Amino acid sequence: MTDVTNLTAAELAGVIASGEASAAEVAEAFLGRIEAEDGAINAFLHVDAEGARAAARAVDEARAAGRELGPLAGVPVAVKDIMTTKGVPTTAASKMLEGWKPPYDATVVERLKAAGTVMLGKTNMDEFAMGSSTEYSAYGPTRNPWDLSRIPGGSSGGSSAAVASRMAPLSLGTDTGGSIRQPGAVTGTVGAKPTYGGTSRYGLIAFSSSLDTPGPFARNVLDAALLHEVIAGHDRRDSTSIPQPVPPVVAAARQGATGDLTGMRVGVVREFDEAEGAEPGVIAAYKQAVETLGKLGAEVVELSCPHFPYALPAYYLIAPSECSSNLARFDGVRYGVRTGDDGHNSLEEVMALTREAGFGPEVKRRIILGTYALSAGYVDEYYGKAQKVKTLITRDFTAAFEQVDVLVSPTTPFTAFEIGSRTEDPVQMYLADLYTIPSNLYGGPAISVPCGLSDGLPVGLQIMAPTMRDDLMYRVGAAFETTQTPLVPQR
Amino acid sequence: MMSTSTLPSYDDVVSRYEPVIGLETHVELGTRTKMFCGCSTEFGGEPNTQVCPVCLGLPGSLPVANAAAIEATIRIGLALNCTIAEWCRFARKNYFYPDMPKNFQTSQYDEPLCENGYLDVEVNGETVRIEIERVHLEEDTGKSLHVGGATGRIHGATESLVDYNRAGIPLVEIVTKPVPGTGVLAPEVARAYVTELRDVIRSLGVSDVRMEQGSLRCDVNLSLNKPGEEWGTRSETKNVNSLRSVERSVRSEMLRQASVLDAGGSILQETRHFHEDTGETTSGRSKETATDYRYFPEPDLTPMAPDPAWVAELKAALPELPRVRRLRLQADWGISDFEMASVVNAGAVELIEATIAAGGSSEAARKWWLGELSRRANESGVELGELAITPAQVAELQSLVDGGKITDKIARTVIEAVLAGEGDPAAIVSARGLEVVSDTGALTAAVDEAIAANPDVAEKIRGGNHAAAGVLIGAVMKATKGQADAKTVRELVIARLS
Repeated sequence: MTDVTNLTAAELAGVIASGEASAAEVAEAFLGRIEAEDGAINAFLHVDAEGARAAARAVDEARAAGRELGPLAGVPVAVKDIMTTKGVPTTAASKMLEGWKPPYDATVVERLKAAGTVMLGKTNMDEFAMGSSTEYSAYGPTRNPWDLSRIPGGSSGGSSAAVASRMAPLSLGTDTGGSIRQPGAVTGTVGAKPTYGGTSRYGLIAFSSSLDTPGPFARNVLDAALLHEVIAGHDRRDSTSIPQPVPPVVAAARQGATGDLTGMRVGVVREFDEAEGAEPGVIAAYKQAVETLGKLGAEVVELSCPHFPYALPAYYLIAPSECSSNLARFDGVRYGVRTGDDGHNSLEEVMALTREAGFGPEVKRRIILGTYALSAGYVDEYYGKAQKVKTLITRDFTAAFEQVDVLVSPTTPFTAFEIGSRTEDPVQMYLADLYTIPSNLYGGPAISVPCGLSDGLPVGLQIMAPTMRDDLMYRVGAAFETTQTPLVPQR
Repeated sequence: MMSTSTLPSYDDVVSRYEPVIGLETHVELGTRTKMFCGCSTEFGGEPNTQVCPVCLGLPGSLPVANAAAIEATIRIGLALNCTIAEWCRFARKNYFYPDMPKNFQTSQYDEPLCENGYLDVEVNGETVRIEIERVHLEEDTGKSLHVGGATGRIHGATESLVDYNRAGIPLVEIVTKPVPGTGVLAPEVARAYVTELRDVIRSLGVSDVRMEQGSLRCDVNLSLNKPGEEWGTRSETKNVNSLRSVERSVRSEMLRQASVLDAGGSILQETRHFHEDTGETTSGRSKETATDYRYFPEPDLTPMAPDPAWVAELKAALPELPRVRRLRLQADWGISDFEMASVVNAGAVELIEATIAAGGSSEAARKWWLGELSRRANESGVELGELAITPAQVAELQSLVDGGKITDKIARTVIEAVLAGEGDPAAIVSARGLEVVSDTGALTAAVDEAIAANPDVAEKIRGGNHAAAGVLIGAVMKATKGQADAKTVRELVIARLS
């Protein structure tokens, strides 16, 4: 038997179903890989070896009993530490929640379990999903398997690094402004943000409620679609969940794998081309990717989305505003850490000391930003205006999708940067999400698919689709993938 | 605290100042489950047994709005003649407090579910229209218990305990517009409004509206101004936990504000606490450093967009509202506005209606409930409905009187016995031997005795002066300890002396 950690999720499911390898053996192989690799990478905040072994055993028993297995039964998955896992520590990479064990599973985690996947553990991230590099984790940065001195993207950097370094074949992340796609791009993995409301937020520790979206990481488009299909679908515990059938993403990925995009219209956004700050190597890889899409039969159309340049500033008002309210509950009263409760400090003082000690610098920065943006006298000028921009960007997308089926762009303006090189300048960090944020404001799905290397580091192609047409991006992504050599880091 | 001796008299205050009142009322809805989760809303459970990740605000949890609570709020809005929004949202009200699990309350801000209504209330036989500004839906907070301090307040406490059973119970807030022009009647108007509102909500069956359990809570806003001048700064009085307290708190706050203004001071915009024991208010949290609640639309919930056709159905299906019902009853009973007002003021509408349903006449029912029973309720400082006598017992009492079994005077003794828990009127009459002395032999003997003892009076009656019979009747009544029927005695006396 070859090293199973080299197999795709679809292949793993196949060998488990056929009995070529047991789910237990597969789990041990990945646990062993984590043991060997994660000391250098720090992708995991918590490895649930016992839970993984028990889940794998259950799959093997089900198979032995002749029960039908789901398409991902026995396949290991790593889960971003922002999703609640019953009885398993969940910290959102914050000191604030050190030691907290949730009494319930997030809906997406519940669905992972129901599908017979094997959860390996919880992955590192920027604290409360605020960041683009995973440097803002309270538990140390995650390193990029392509170059350990570089970031794996963020905020879901633990999930991207785990998949890139074959410590897990699949992982879950969340995407609020690009937190799945950007780490996907800089680690050479596939990262998909489903339609907002297409995957349940129940059990996601909220950062920005109107934008947060859980989604998959994988090493290829089909695997991402398989995981997408497992976690997606209406959830009555999330009021913003869309009560419609899941778009046929797996079928679309298989269709795309034929490599034929005849009849597909692909839009390139003029305003993105004019944006400054993108690395030449990224632009070169992207231009080539667009050319390739044309060769696959797609019609490439240049169009204008005039409000896209306002997406980034609008995002940095909406997301902090919502986070300032969402994170208010972390006060040391009910769970997590409590600081300064010495019998002398007042309740207000204990709350303040707890928040002072429990939150890291980026979280504090955004809470302060958001508190200000919602303040009386400013709320209309900031939060209100940002909401208007959101509406205008939605109109840009709607108009664009009357002309084309999908839009494409680079996923991120630059490849993985050196750890420490952007933490001093928040705005430089925020620029990482320049191309990804518009889809979040619109609510539509978008995927990042590897499109080559620039100076030896992976570059991602972003494919954006209309809301609830997640299938389109998988089809285009899978077709594009047929033209690419799989990107595998040296490690 | 201001000493009572420095307060001006109420009449003096209303001769120099005009009060403006405003009422904010919170009603806990009687839905089976909480506003945003499936936890039970039952009152009185062991602390923190009716909780889940959602109402505890655990990280990752999300709210789902209770459709029954939205429907109940719309029905309240319709009963209060409000316009129902065709589209509106929940909003977050952000502030830190330990009994609020998320440190924001999911409420409504600039898009209430219902607005611009009114409620007509009767005060002293006159109709006062109270304009309703808004009716909105929100979630209740948990309950804090502060241990170790002298006051039970957070300051000075050594330990604070929080019960989250109440957290997330649907709460409807009903806010009036400012009500000027009530003058001397301000306290009565405030009380009449809360009473009427309580009755309206009770008639809708959406809440048990019990002030003593906190399912109806009232904040009283009050300001004073000199005639012709602008409205003054208002205070907001909380902890007003009974109808009587609503009235008392308005009156006491009028006196307090007048004395401050008389002394050249100014009224602080602040929250005050009403104290049942002293009947006075004390200063609470000052609103000078008003919290900025940083309201914004709740992103975890989808907008509410009640279908106008459905709202019209709800409106058509509203029950007969208390005021309409009162007008109908007044006509049925054939009484004047003034008499009806007395019935209403005494809080006796339902009691009288039930007494009539149990077989009493409307006159008798009113006589007992407004007379003897009101007097006793006043004496004991309780509401009429809290007396330990049922409408059925009152009806039974009257039938004993009508049947000649007891006299009106004995009936009062029977009431006392019922209130003391001795049982139903008929049983009490027979157990205590209170039945009218109708044995003519015994009565005749008593009459003869009275005639013998009062020969002059007897002579007058023989001479045709029947008015003089009173003296002999009185003597007989005394001899029979009031258990004789005065009319029978009179007939006997005249028969003996004719």
